[in-house]
Amino acid sequence: MSKFKKKKDGGTPPISTASLPDIVFMLLFFFMVATVMRENSLKIQNALPVANQVEKLDKKNPVSYIYMGKPSSGYEKFGTEARVQLNDQFANLNEVGAFISAERAALREELIPFLTVALKVDRDANMGIVGDVKQELRKVNALKINYTTGVGDAMTNMK
Amino acid sequence: MAKRSAPEVNAGSMADIAFLLLIFFLVTTTIEKDSGINRKLPPIEELEEDVVIKQKNIFTVLLNGKDQLLVEDELMELKDLRTAAVEFLDNNGDKSCTYCKGLKDPASSDNPDKAIILLKNERETSYAAYISVQNELVAAYNVLRNRRGYELGSKEGFKDMSFVEMQMNYKDARFVGNKVKLKAVIDQIKLEFPQKLSEAQ
Repeated sequence: MSKFKKKKDGGTPPISTASLPDIVFMLLFFFMVATVMRENSLKIQNALPVANQVEKLDKKNPVSYIYMGKPSSGYEKFGTEARVQLNDQFANLNEVGAFISAERAALREELIPFLTVALKVDRDANMGIVGDVKQELRKVNALKINYTTGVGDAMTNMK
Repeated sequence: MAKRSAPEVNAGSMADIAFLLLIFFLVTTTIEKDSGINRKLPPIEELEEDVVIKQKNIFTVLLNGKDQLLVEDELMELKDLRTAAVEFLDNNGDKSCTYCKGLKDPASSDNPDKAIILLKNERETSYAAYISVQNELVAAYNVLRNRRGYELGSKEGFKDMSFVEMQMNYKDARFVGNKVKLKAVIDQIKLEFPQKLSEAQ
């Protein structure tokens, strides 16, 4: 019964995991803040081209999205040509006008002239369909458009 | 009676719960792209009043179905487009533009206000090529506007600020400076180098 017990040589002490929740919470909060829930699930391929003269899409004004691209795998029955997607489904060209009207109806009246239509078009799509959609937009007088692109060197688009 | 201390809650599973949430948000996160090239479509108007525009004031850019670039009927590489467009816009053929530094070639555009870039594409043109060309044409305007921005900015008290930076600063809420004045400079530059980019089907 010695007063000074010899310390047992029990190897290295275990690392305290008490701060693990804090670290995880920190990450959690980051992702919670950075998360934008997808508004539409895409049924088409949508690899955007890149450009370097881009402006930020002003989120203060209302934005409507029109997607265009080839139907992705699982939706081959819709063909191999680029199609238009509005909200969650494939659409025909003549539905674009109705879509814009519906988007406008959901807005406060003073915001309607500021509605921007963001065109998210797959890089492999043809200009034919884009031109048709632009024509439809002109018909319903939705003239503010934005070609959504990534940021990068535009020369890499053409290969 | 002896005071019984409240039993401590076991916080060991806190990390597990947090991980669960973390993984959920990791999976659902898509950092949406929200940048792009802004354009304005021309309104539909049936009444076509024929405006006579001199051929020399039109800079035709044709992008054909095989993604080949034809500028003024000549084949051109994409990387040369920007300089060609800048030369055309900055030409100042009638010598009325005091801030232009172009060649003053009488066979090219009169002044930036009259110069029009006409972009044509075919149905088979790929979107990627179209965006690249749009990007280069916007870049050409930005080159000139930036140059003018440096000139005007040093006069108006916005030193070493290009046009693009001015626009960014104007939108930035944290910008310290005279925003009214900045807006005036931006508007003046926009007026001096108007973006006259026309598209034809």
